[in-house]
Amino acid sequence: MNTVPLRRMSAGQKGIISRVSAGGELGRRIRDMGLVPGTPLQIQGRAPLKDPVAIRVRDFTLTLRNNEADLIQVEVEDEESHEGRNT
Amino acid sequence: MSDRSGEHLIALAGNPNCGKTTLFNAITGARQHVGNYPGITVEKKEGFYQLNGLQLRLVDLPGTYSLTAYSLEELVARDFLVQERPRVVINIVDASNLERNLYLTLQIMELGIPLVVALNMMDVAAGRGMEIDVEELARRLRVPFVPMVARTGKGKSGLLEAAAELAERNPSWEPLYISYGPDIDPVLDDMESEIKAAGFLTGLFPARWTALKYLEGDEQIIKKGSEANSQLSMHLEALAADVTEHLRVTLDSYPEAIIADHRYGFIAALLKGGVVKRTQKADRLYLSDQLDRVLTHRFFGPVIMMFILYLVYQFTFKYSELPVSWLGTGFAALGSFMESVLPPGPVKSLIVSGIIDGVGGIIGFVPLIVFMFLSIALLEDTGYLARVAYMLDRVFRTFGLHGSSVMAYIISGGIAGGCAVPGVMATRTLRSPKERLATLLTAPFMNCGAKLPVFAMLIAAYFPDKHARIMFLLTLLSWTAALLLAKLIRSTILRGPSTPFLLELPPYRLPTFKGLLIHTWERTWQYIRKAGTIILAISILFWALMAFPGLSESDRRTFDEKKQSLLAQFPEDMKQAALSKDAPTPPKDAPENDATAHLAQVREQLQAIDREAAQMSLKSSFAGRIGTALESLSRWSGFDWRTNVALLSGFAAKELIISTLGTAYSLGESKRGQDIPLGDRLAADPRWNPLRAFALIVFIMLYAPCFATVTCIIKEAGSWKWGLFSMTFNTTIAFLMATLVYQGGRWLGLGT
Repeated sequence: MNTVPLRRMSAGQKGIISRVSAGGELGRRIRDMGLVPGTPLQIQGRAPLKDPVAIRVRDFTLTLRNNEADLIQVEVEDEESHEGRNT
Repeated sequence: MSDRSGEHLIALAGNPNCGKTTLFNAITGARQHVGNYPGITVEKKEGFYQLNGLQLRLVDLPGTYSLTAYSLEELVARDFLVQERPRVVINIVDASNLERNLYLTLQIMELGIPLVVALNMMDVAAGRGMEIDVEELARRLRVPFVPMVARTGKGKSGLLEAAAELAERNPSWEPLYISYGPDIDPVLDDMESEIKAAGFLTGLFPARWTALKYLEGDEQIIKKGSEANSQLSMHLEALAADVTEHLRVTLDSYPEAIIADHRYGFIAALLKGGVVKRTQKADRLYLSDQLDRVLTHRFFGPVIMMFILYLVYQFTFKYSELPVSWLGTGFAALGSFMESVLPPGPVKSLIVSGIIDGVGGIIGFVPLIVFMFLSIALLEDTGYLARVAYMLDRVFRTFGLHGSSVMAYIISGGIAGGCAVPGVMATRTLRSPKERLATLLTAPFMNCGAKLPVFAMLIAAYFPDKHARIMFLLTLLSWTAALLLAKLIRSTILRGPSTPFLLELPPYRLPTFKGLLIHTWERTWQYIRKAGTIILAISILFWALMAFPGLSESDRRTFDEKKQSLLAQFPEDMKQAALSKDAPTPPKDAPENDATAHLAQVREQLQAIDREAAQMSLKSSFAGRIGTALESLSRWSGFDWRTNVALLSGFAAKELIISTLGTAYSLGESKRGQDIPLGDRLAADPRWNPLRAFALIVFIMLYAPCFATVTCIIKEAGSWKWGLFSMTFNTTIAFLMATLVYQGGRWLGLGT
C-alpha cells in the first residue's frame, strides 16, 4: 500500500481516500460531496490543460482543481510509482 | 403559514442535477411564479397544485448538496425550512446516486421536518444494474419513499398523494438521531441538555441540531445564539473549542470532518444488507462516460467545444435576426403612424422618440433573450455546460474567473456581434459569487452588435482597405481588456481566494421540451417585467436630456424667418410641395424645366436650415451642454462636444452614437444603416484623422455599458452600487486608454 496525493494519480488508477486535510469551506465542500476517508475512487481523466481532474466516486463524476486534489490523500493499490506526474 | 385557507406549504429540496426542477415543472406546469428571495439574487419558484380539494403551495428550493451555511443557496434553503416551516418537505433523491443524495436527506431529517422522499431516476438506476429495495429503505429510515421517473411523470400522483396525506396528518417535528461516535456524542449530549434546559433557540431548531451547529462552527447559528443568550452561547462555543482542540491533538481532525464521516457511515449502514444490489460492475463505462472520452478529449474536446459555442452564437443571433427585424419594423411603423397623427410639439416628441423608441428598445431584445436562454437551457440541461467549465477552467482561473465565465463572454460579443444584456444574464449559471460578479462586470467590454455599426462606420472612413484586419484586432483587444480587467477587479475590490471548484459532471441527458420552454419563458418574462420599467424610465430621461430646453425663442424665430423668406417666392400650392418631406417624383419622361429644378434647390436649402436648427437645438440641449462642459477633459483623448454628446446618447443605446453624431454634424437624422454620408463627412473633416478615430473606437469599446445592460447588472449583482461601479469604472478605463492611444499616437507623430 502506498499513499499519494490525489493530484499524483494517473488516469484510470483506483484508490481509497485515506485523509482529507482541508478545513473551512473547501473542506466542507469536499466532504459534502462524499469524499471522506474510506471512500473508493477512480481517476476518470483530466481536462485538456491537465487541470482540473475528473474522478469517479460514489456513482458520480466529480471534478476538482489540482490544488484542491493536493489536499486529498489516497491509498493506491499498486506499487507503481506515479511520482513526477502533473506536478 | 401552512393553514392559510386550506392550503399546505410544501418545499422541494434536493441536490443539483437530481431532477428537482423537472419534477417541479411536471407538477405545477405553467402555474408557477418565479421571483427572488428578498434582497438576494437566488431565484425563488413557487407553484400550485390542486389535489382532492386541497391546495398545495409548492416552493422549489435552490439545489444544494448540504444544509451548511457556506453558499447563498444553502442558506436560503435552510432559512426557508426553519422559518417558513413547511408542512412537508419533498426531498428528491437521485436513485442512481443514492449515497451522496441521502447526505442531504439526513440533514433535513436531523431538523425533524416531516419528509417524503421522491426516489427519482429509477429508470437510470435500473439501467445501471442497481436494484433498490425501496420498502426496506423506507422502513429503515422511517419515512415514505416514492419511486418515480420525473421526466415521464411516472410516480408523480403517488408522490403528491403521499405528501398531501402527510400534510393533512400534520405530525410534529421529530429529529433523526445519529450517533457521532465516542469523541462527539458525550459533549453533544451535554450541550443538548443545557440547550433544552435553557430553552435556547428551541422555538426554531431542535436542541441537538443547534448543538451540532456549534460543533461545526456554523457562523449564522452562533450569531443567532449569541443574540438570544450570549452567556450560554459563549459556554457552548467554549465546549466546542475543547472538542476541536482534543480532536486536533488526538486525531489531527476537525469536528466537522468527524460529523461528515459518521453521516456517510450511517448511509453506508442504511444501504447494507441487500438494500442496494448491483448486477453490474461499478466501474463499468456507461454511455455518458464514453461520450466524455470524446467530448472532453485532450484534442477533440476543445475543437468540438469551439464548434458548439460557435453554434450557440449562430443560433442565438442568426435565428433571432428575423423576429428582431419584425419588431424593429413594427415599432418604426408605429412611430411614423404616431408622428403623422399627433400634432407637433413636445408631447409628440415624447411619445415617438421617448416612449415608442424606449419600449421598442426593450422589446427588441426579447427575441435575443429567448434564443440565448433556450440555447443555454439546452447546454445546461444536457450536462454539456459543466464540461465547458471543466475544460476551460484552467484558462479562466488565471484571471480570477471560472470555467463557466466563457458563456457570458461569448454571448456578450466575444465573437463580435453579441449583446451584453443576455450575456450578463447568462452569468446565472455560475455559482461562485466573486467569479460571477467579476464576469458580469467585464462581459460588457466585448464588442456587442450595437457597437459594430459604429466601428464599421469609423473603419470604413479611415481604414477602408483594412476592414477585416481591424475588426479582428478589435476582437482580440476586447478579450484582452476583459480578461485583464477581470484580473484587476479580482485582485482589488473582489480580492480573495477562488471559490472551491468541485464541479459535478452530471450524466448527459436529453432535456425535456417542456422543461426547456418553461425555463426560457420564465427568464424572458422576468426580463420584460423588471428591466422593462427601468429601461423605459431611463429612455424617457435621455429623450428629455436631448430635447430640452430646445431652441430659444429668438433662434427659432430666426430659423422660421429664413425659411419664410425662401418660401415667399412660391405660390401657396408650391409651398406645400417645397415643405413636404417626400420629394415629388416627376414622371420620368417629363422634360427638365427650370421650375422643378428651382423647387428642388429650394427644398435642399430648406432642409439645410432644418438640419442647422437640429444641430443648434442639440448643442443647446442639456446633453449638448454636458458635452460642451466635458470638452476640457475630453480633448485629452481627442473628442469635441459633438463626439461627447454622441457618446452620451450611447449610454441609452450604442447604436444611437451614429445618429446623434449625424445630428451634431448637421447631417439630418440619419437612420440606422445609412451611415455612409456620416463616414464621408468625417473623413473629409480636417478635425478628424485615423488616430482620433481609433481613440474613439477604443473608447466606445470600453466605456460605460448601455442602460439596458446596467439595469441587468444591477439586477444580477443584487445592488445598484455595482451598476454605478460599472458605469464609472468602465468610463474611467475607457478615458485612460483612449487618452493613451491619442496622446501616445501624437507623440509618435501620428494623426497630424
